[in-house]
Amino acid sequence: MNMMNFTRIVLKNLFSKPATRNYPAQPKEFFARTRGHVEIEIQACIFCGLCSKKCPTGAITVERGEKKWSIERFGCIQCGYCVESCPKKCLCMCPPYPQPEAQKPTEAYVQPELEPIEKSEKLDRAEQ
Amino acid sequence: MSVRSVVPFGPQHPVLPEPIHLDLVLEDEKVIEAIPSIGFVHRGLEKLVEKKDFQEYVYVAERICGICSFMHGMGYCSAVENIMDITVPPRANYLRTIWCEMSRIHSHLLWLGLLADAFGFESLFMQSWRMREKILDMFEMSTGGRVIFSVNKVGGVRKDMDQEMLREFLKVFDGIEQDLKVLTKTFLEDYAVNGRLRDVGVLTRQQAHDLGAVGPFMRSSGIALDNRKLGYAAYPELDFEPITSDVGDCYARCDVRIREIFQSIDLIRQAAAKIPEGELAAAAKGFPQGEHFMRVEQPRGEAIYYVKANGTKFLDRVRVRTPTFANLPGMLETLKGCQLADVPILILTIDPCISCTER
Repeated sequence: MNMMNFTRIVLKNLFSKPATRNYPAQPKEFFARTRGHVEIEIQACIFCGLCSKKCPTGAITVERGEKKWSIERFGCIQCGYCVESCPKKCLCMCPPYPQPEAQKPTEAYVQPELEPIEKSEKLDRAEQ
Repeated sequence: MSVRSVVPFGPQHPVLPEPIHLDLVLEDEKVIEAIPSIGFVHRGLEKLVEKKDFQEYVYVAERICGICSFMHGMGYCSAVENIMDITVPPRANYLRTIWCEMSRIHSHLLWLGLLADAFGFESLFMQSWRMREKILDMFEMSTGGRVIFSVNKVGGVRKDMDQEMLREFLKVFDGIEQDLKVLTKTFLEDYAVNGRLRDVGVLTRQQAHDLGAVGPFMRSSGIALDNRKLGYAAYPELDFEPITSDVGDCYARCDVRIREIFQSIDLIRQAAAKIPEGELAAAAKGFPQGEHFMRVEQPRGEAIYYVKANGTKFLDRVRVRTPTFANLPGMLETLKGCQLADVPILILTIDPCISCTER
């Protein structure tokens, strides 16, 4: 039985850098796979509503008529099921984590109307 | 003449963040009997299975416990896979094994830290948790989450680890192994630590058997039972033996868990060397019908998943028997006759997780 085992660790700690990061001066670097929050590329969305059907907590709402996609940020559990089920792959999980807030916000994204030129181009293509 | 009194312990106690309440019947400073009451954090997760379809329930199953979340998800998925006759691709099995063993290491390191904290060795606690932090970083790098991983699905896994990532992880594990060897000396040879752990709360082999103890708590009493030997995931292809000790006191439980960390590192090395290329998941077609009992070895011991399906997308019943529930009778037995000052350490040595016990 030894009483001085820990001394080596103590001495090493005395002369080494701190194990912790100086947060928030030195923020955390996220990994590529970190599931922080859901982001949508609203231009590519077809409003099929699969993400809202699959969401385990029901945090996502899709209104097809108004072309509106909204998410309750604090209802989302960052599981990534919506991202996996999206047929157009317009959803992604990106860092960082949602910031703390006093209210529970619902973020809504509305798809902007297509410009008349783009619309006519689309129609032309459809006719061809 | 000795004085009898009843001292309440918990549900809020500085040594244990878990909400368990015990009425300790004392004779002077000696515990005569301990009467437990649980039920402070019941969340109704088993009932939720009627509202969430069987694919969605994976996310609920993972949230039963924050420490063995991967194994809860895997246990549930394996049960459903057995009902649906899905053969999980070998690569997915190996990945599951690697993540399982990483969970075991981080759970045991967490426990070692809590134990050090319980006997008042603050810097030892911080050293253990510093090592655990590296494992959490590896989890975040490979799965995207630090505690809740969401990588299991019915049929396989969602994310892959390439060779470069595995090599990087193995390097980190080499470092952890070296650091842990140094810490092990303090845990097992230090004079003060020995004074707090030796001959405290002895559970004999017969008692462990009769009271149905599981996991390291049982193995430290000399019963060599390990559910990984049942052959789920990639364990049949890996070489290991259950780690046991014959003493059965708190020191033996600490010893067994430390040796299990080294064993887990070895298992990860074996799995990384043998991992085959291939698919990550098999398709889950249709809905499950039937029932299955799945037994997995969690860091705390044996967990049982019972799943009953009726052929629709909603399951009839999911039942989880968690290791802490099985270990409670054994813990109450060891409490009898101990000193009041040893009660926190004794409760801690079963590695209680009341949140998963109550779900």
